[in-house]
Amino acid sequence: MNAIIISAIWGVVMMFSGVFSKSNAVVRIMALTGIALLLFVNVLEWNGVQLFHVNVRNMLSFDSFGLFFNTIAFGSTALYFLLSGRDMEKVGLHVAEYYALIFFILCGISIASSFNTLLMLFLGIEIISIPLYIITGTDKRNLKSNEASLKYFLMGAFSTGLMLMGITLIYGAKGSFNMDDISLGTYAMTPMLGAGLLLLLFSMAFKVSAAPFHFWTPDVYDGAPTVFTSFMATIVKAGAFIAFLRLFEGSFEGMHPQWQTLVAIITAATLFIGNITAVFQQSVKRMLAYSSIAQAGFMMLALVAMNGMAKEGLVYYTLAYSLATIGVFAILIKMKDYTFEGFNGLAKHQPVLAATNTIFLLSLAGIPATAGFMAKFYMLSAAVSNGHVMWLVILGVLCAAISVYYYFRVIQAMYFKDGDTQQMDTTPGFKGLLVLMAAFVVLIGIFPQWIIDKLYNIF
Amino acid sequence: MIPVLLIVIPLLSGLAAFFIKQEKSAKSWALFSVMVTLVVSILGLTVMKSNSDLHANAEWLPMLGSSFAVGLDGMGQLLGLLTAVAFPMIFIATWNNSYRNAHNFYALMLLSQAGLMGVFLAYDALLFYFFWELALIPAYFLCSQWGGERRIPVTFKFFIYTFIGSLLMLIGIIYVYFHTPGQSFAMEEFYKAQIAPRDQDWLFWLFFIAFAIKMPIFPFHTWQPDTYEQSPTATTMVLSGVMVKMGLFGVIRWLAPVLPMATWAQGDTVGLLCVIGMIYASLIAMQQDDLKRLVAYSSIAHMGLMCLAIFVSSDKSMQGVMIQMFNHGINIIGLWIVVELIERQLHTRKISELGGLAQKAPGLAILLVIVALANVALPLTNAFIGEFLLFTGIFTSTVSKHSYVFAAVAGVSIILSAVYTLNMIQRVFYGNTNNLTAGVRDIRFNEKLVLGILVIAILVVGVYPRPLLELTQGTVDAILSKMLIKHPL
Repeated sequence: MNAIIISAIWGVVMMFSGVFSKSNAVVRIMALTGIALLLFVNVLEWNGVQLFHVNVRNMLSFDSFGLFFNTIAFGSTALYFLLSGRDMEKVGLHVAEYYALIFFILCGISIASSFNTLLMLFLGIEIISIPLYIITGTDKRNLKSNEASLKYFLMGAFSTGLMLMGITLIYGAKGSFNMDDISLGTYAMTPMLGAGLLLLLFSMAFKVSAAPFHFWTPDVYDGAPTVFTSFMATIVKAGAFIAFLRLFEGSFEGMHPQWQTLVAIITAATLFIGNITAVFQQSVKRMLAYSSIAQAGFMMLALVAMNGMAKEGLVYYTLAYSLATIGVFAILIKMKDYTFEGFNGLAKHQPVLAATNTIFLLSLAGIPATAGFMAKFYMLSAAVSNGHVMWLVILGVLCAAISVYYYFRVIQAMYFKDGDTQQMDTTPGFKGLLVLMAAFVVLIGIFPQWIIDKLYNIF
Repeated sequence: MIPVLLIVIPLLSGLAAFFIKQEKSAKSWALFSVMVTLVVSILGLTVMKSNSDLHANAEWLPMLGSSFAVGLDGMGQLLGLLTAVAFPMIFIATWNNSYRNAHNFYALMLLSQAGLMGVFLAYDALLFYFFWELALIPAYFLCSQWGGERRIPVTFKFFIYTFIGSLLMLIGIIYVYFHTPGQSFAMEEFYKAQIAPRDQDWLFWLFFIAFAIKMPIFPFHTWQPDTYEQSPTATTMVLSGVMVKMGLFGVIRWLAPVLPMATWAQGDTVGLLCVIGMIYASLIAMQQDDLKRLVAYSSIAHMGLMCLAIFVSSDKSMQGVMIQMFNHGINIIGLWIVVELIERQLHTRKISELGGLAQKAPGLAILLVIVALANVALPLTNAFIGEFLLFTGIFTSTVSKHSYVFAAVAGVSIILSAVYTLNMIQRVFYGNTNNLTAGVRDIRFNEKLVLGILVIAILVVGVYPRPLLELTQGTVDAILSKMLIKHPL
């Protein structure tokens, strides 16, 4: 509850900060203060300190799963602000509003990670989505940004419609919005319940950009200003995934055998399409868009497996994925040329950027001694222990091998090809933070124990 | 203590080497580090042989049932020694080379040594997988940064190939993990895993493809000649001298004892692939004009023989594999050094452009001939001991249904190996000199030193192999008893 209220309030504060201060630096510091505060109150709540006493009537439940995920999301956002905050100021004039929108999205994420009724799920997802439509179109004079925003809005509205329809049907079948009630009773799949489940599944698949509902992703990620793509592809996507898992675990776990095959097929399609299409991209930004689809495929394995390991694994995965992707994007934003050739010879001119970028890319590819490996290991273990989806596991690792192709193209460009000197405005602080993040990625890749300990204490 | 040092010394000194900007000091630092590793390895063989010296176990991921367990059994000692010996040889032999960004080159070489050591010493499946991949990453960077013209696509192929294999193995490891009695990655637990024969069959291939790609076994070998040709020679020596042993090692430690039934059941299929590969690689080697590719194909043939010997699962063949892994590493590094010396002076590796080197460089010629004869497994050389055991083992195997056929076909490939090796010696070293080779000078002291040491090793092991055989006897007995073929006395 702390996080929901504080993030909403701070969003409003940020909106007004732009009125009272013309200096971008002040706005940025305000935003950093806000995110630090959010982190703090969230940890407070984790330790049992409630700042606000609101009777939520069992519509929200603040279990440590959600709170832990919130911590990851806020922490990632803090890193994102530190790394890319200055680049946000280059997008347009209304810097304060961008920050405000991001705080509203965070509010949506905190709801989506703690909902207990389908209504709250709907609210959370919408609070995430609407600021996203705006943020995608912030580069007002750029046609591509406008197109992306409109496309995202239309498709998003459509999937929202599906979700509402699904919720209605489930209400019709079970007589309640509450997940506790929905999960009770018979596991029989009546037509109404089945249709509702399908519609919910499709709309959530849309939000996490799983195939075949992924078509908006490349265009939107490519069209949006790169700073915001970074945020959308990491924290927002992770939030949507947590909501997805929460919904299906809370409401439909009893019917797991009946929808498992369908989700497995969606997962397989996502893995396959994301990875294969990413191979053919010429722009790193677009490649990362497809890579985010491919990574979503891996995260979907958690839903297919639906066991304790999957739940832990998904949280760990979101952490590993967000860290690495934020890092890669932070470096991409600094580049003049977004094609693979643009990275040529980066190692010679910017050794620190190239080295850290390499670690992030290795982590995304899932090479041992990085966080990405442990994340993939968890997902694969969860799916193997489930026992029914060995074909999917094999497909998954083959796709992981394909992913090496496009991640390593960036590494090859940076290290093995020669390119022109580029002027990049990087500060020592920026580089230092990247090094710290890379070190952290390696550290939790080699010693995931302390983070796993946390996970075990929670579940 | 010893195994931890063997991993940590190259790891830390490798990381430190990234920051030594001066070429000369980076080189010396690397040599110093590998010498220390060699000394530690020898200490483990001679003085510090107590159980606590040779094994270490630290908590790593207790929740997952994985720990940092490392240890030196006979096979680990042997391959650890090979790794420890190979690197100083390589550094000394290539001492006069100068690399762009030398500190990075030596750092990555040391890191790959750490990865290799980890693979050979790990007593825990997840740890093994970690090092298995970590050995690959530095090799990838070494080849694609300092290699030949086509290095980028070629190395990439190599990387993708091995990576697919490793990921399949990872699934296998996870599957076995869920079938161990205590849900653990520890080696002993893996050996106790209860898996139905039907599942063993497909699991077997998940593991074996990873190892087959690494060795490489036909038809998974296509990355190998290109990679050996394009890599800087120092890296090629690591790849072919030490890294391919990871595949054999993997089969012996992590496949045969874990899935014994499948190993018997699939043994003849694998054997068939091995002999096809041996004949095929030997025939191609005979046609090669490029020295590096010739040695590369010859290596495929030799690896095929060793792999075949594992799958006939007899006592003698297993012993043969052990000693031959060591010998092959020594011999092929010797061959690469000669190739490197020729290429550095003449800037060509084409056999057709060379000739008469023996007149100008007699020292080189004598040493080469001994190494080459060892490659053909002539008596008195180390490879004779190994191949004798291998062939006896294959011929007398009670497991394989086609042991006579395998032994006969494998024998043909040995004859072929004599053909291409001797042909190569004749055309490169004898005959008349041409314009290119007329100006050749003999080898320098450091090169002579390394080749001399290798030749001594070849002859000593060839005449008195007993210490090595005794070293690995324990491992062989343990593995075979796990496979229920031979019970320990």
